[in-house]
Parts: sequence; structure tokens; C-alpha cells
Amino acid sequence: MKTQCQECGAEINVPDDMMIGEILTCPDCGGDFELASKSEDKIELKPAETVGEDWGQ
Amino acid sequence: MVKVCIIYDKVRFEEKSLYDKAKKKGLVTEIIDAKTITINNTSKRTTLQLCDVVLQRCISHFRGLYLTACLEFMGFVVINKFKVGETCGNKLITSLTLAKSNVPTPKTHFAFSAESAIEVINTTGFPVVLKPITGSWGRGVFPLRNEEVANMVIEMREDKDSPLSRIYYIQEMIKRPPRDLRCIVVGDKIVAAIYRYSTENEWRTNVSRGGKVELAPVTNELEDIVLRAAKAVGGGILGVDLMEDEKRGLLVHEVNNTVEFRGASNVSESDIAGAMIDYALTMAKK
Repeated sequence: MKTQCQECGAEINVPDDMMIGEILTCPDCGGDFELASKSEDKIELKPAETVGEDWGQ
Repeated sequence: MVKVCIIYDKVRFEEKSLYDKAKKKGLVTEIIDAKTITINNTSKRTTLQLCDVVLQRCISHFRGLYLTACLEFMGFVVINKFKVGETCGNKLITSLTLAKSNVPTPKTHFAFSAESAIEVINTTGFPVVLKPITGSWGRGVFPLRNEEVANMVIEMREDKDSPLSRIYYIQEMIKRPPRDLRCIVVGDKIVAAIYRYSTENEWRTNVSRGGKVELAPVTNELEDIVLRAAKAVGGGILGVDLMEDEKRGLLVHEVNNTVEFRGASNVSESDIAGAMIDYALTMAKK
């Protein structure tokens, strides 16, 4: 499925096997988005959290 | 049937692998965004529709840690336990815990002011490694090779907002090959061991910094030290990191609470995610 980048409006391809919570990067502007929900006809994205000081292992 | 819950705040390769593996094993599996959970001090286990066992996989250390405290308060079995996360998330506490259990570990000094940190460095001599006591992916880890740089880095640490940046963790620089070892421990077994090589012009070996990986043999010595380190911090699903000192052999320098295993999966034939799910099942039944 495809959706639009919330930052620049570019088309973003959403792979079928993508899970809620995975991060998508806009190929045009490089903005990161979290897949918030998906149904057969609708994809919802939200801006991804920025990397925190306590991120990682 | 046992129900497994994976808690995340960002779905990475690891969380996806765990979810897929649990599904393949025919388990009732839920994956829940930690950012959507709220709990209060009267919350009961029945308030949250979570499962029998929770795999806490948050990328944010503190989010995962304090959520674990809340879930344990409610009576859930969480992997790893709060106490384990608290120890592993703090290099100072980890160093003390390893030393107390006689696990070989690099010599490390702790100082509680800029002046005493400089004094320690001047006494031990260069090079030394200054690390933040909390933090990950090698951020803020500085090799200090001369007095000028040491003074500048400590001045920088003094200027930071966090009070933790003024707790100084100063470690001997180990004479090692340009690699370290990462062992993924699940319960009382090493499921994968890899070498992590630093890239050109990078001294740190973290895979997140582009470090390359290669399968490492699990020798008796490695197994003994790694499992002792895992036990010392409280056990569970862990990433034990070691360096190979020229004279002393293997030294454990870190134990990771929410271990990343993408790099290891690329070179190991072990079913890492499968072993983690099986371990979660055994913990749920205890």
C-alpha cells in the first residue's frame, strides 16, 4: 500500500508485512514515521520519536 | 495455553522476530506499545489485558525499566526483572556487581567530582577510557590519551545538565585485538557468540556504529565467565560483552538488559528468537 508523507507529501510505500510500531522513512525528505494503524484501505502514520539519550542497549 | 506479550516502543528486527517466532510456535501472542500503557498504584493484574509472561523490549532504557517496575507491582512475570534492568542499565552498578561475584572485569575507578576524576587519571596514567554510567550504543565513551583531552572532556561533562554526567567512570584501556565479544545468553545457555570488529577510524565495536560481526567459538572459558556474569546480574535474556586482554584473557565489561541480536542473527545459525520465546514459556510456568 501507499501513503503520503506528512512532512513533504511524497508517496511512501508501506510493505504488506510491516507491523504497527515499525518505522518508515520518507524517501524524499528523510522524515521518520511510526506506522500507527493499518487496515485494508487506510494507513495511519505518526511522527516517530526522536532518538533518546537512553536509547539502545 | 500460555500467552506471551511483547512490549515495545519501536518495533525493530528483534521485536518482529520474537513476534513472528511466537506466532509460529502457535502461541497466543500480543505486541503492545509501551507508549500507550498507563498504570496507577491501585492497578491490579486484571486491569491490564496483558498475558502470562511479558517480554519487555523497549528501546528506551528508562521507559522499559520503570514500566517493568509497574508490571511487577501488578504481579506480572516480566523478562528481564526490574532488578536486572536496574543493574545492567548502570555501568557503575554492573562493575561492582561483577567484581563482587569475582567475574573478571577491567579495572575501573569511580570518582565523584571533576577534581577527583582528574586526580585518578593522573595517578593511573594514560590511556584510560571515560564512560557515562548510563547510556548505550557507545555514546559518550571517550578514549583519553593525554591530559589536555582529558581536561576538556571532563570540563564538557561538568557542563552537562544531568547530575549523572558528574559521576565519573574511568576504566583502564584494555590491550585487545580490534574486536570484542558479544554473547547472547538465554537463561543458563549461550545461544550465540559473535566477534564485533570496529570499523576504520572507529575505536568502538558497537554494531550500531557500523561494527562488523563474525561468529565466535564458545569455548569452556567463555561459557564459564559469561554464565557467571549473567548469574551475577540476576539472569534472564542478556547480552554479555567481553574483551580479550593480552595477558589476563577474557574480561566482561558490560551486560545488556534488552539485547539486540540482529548482528548475531546474520552470522549465527542458532534460533535466537526461538530460544527467547521458549525461555519466556518456562518462566511463565514457574
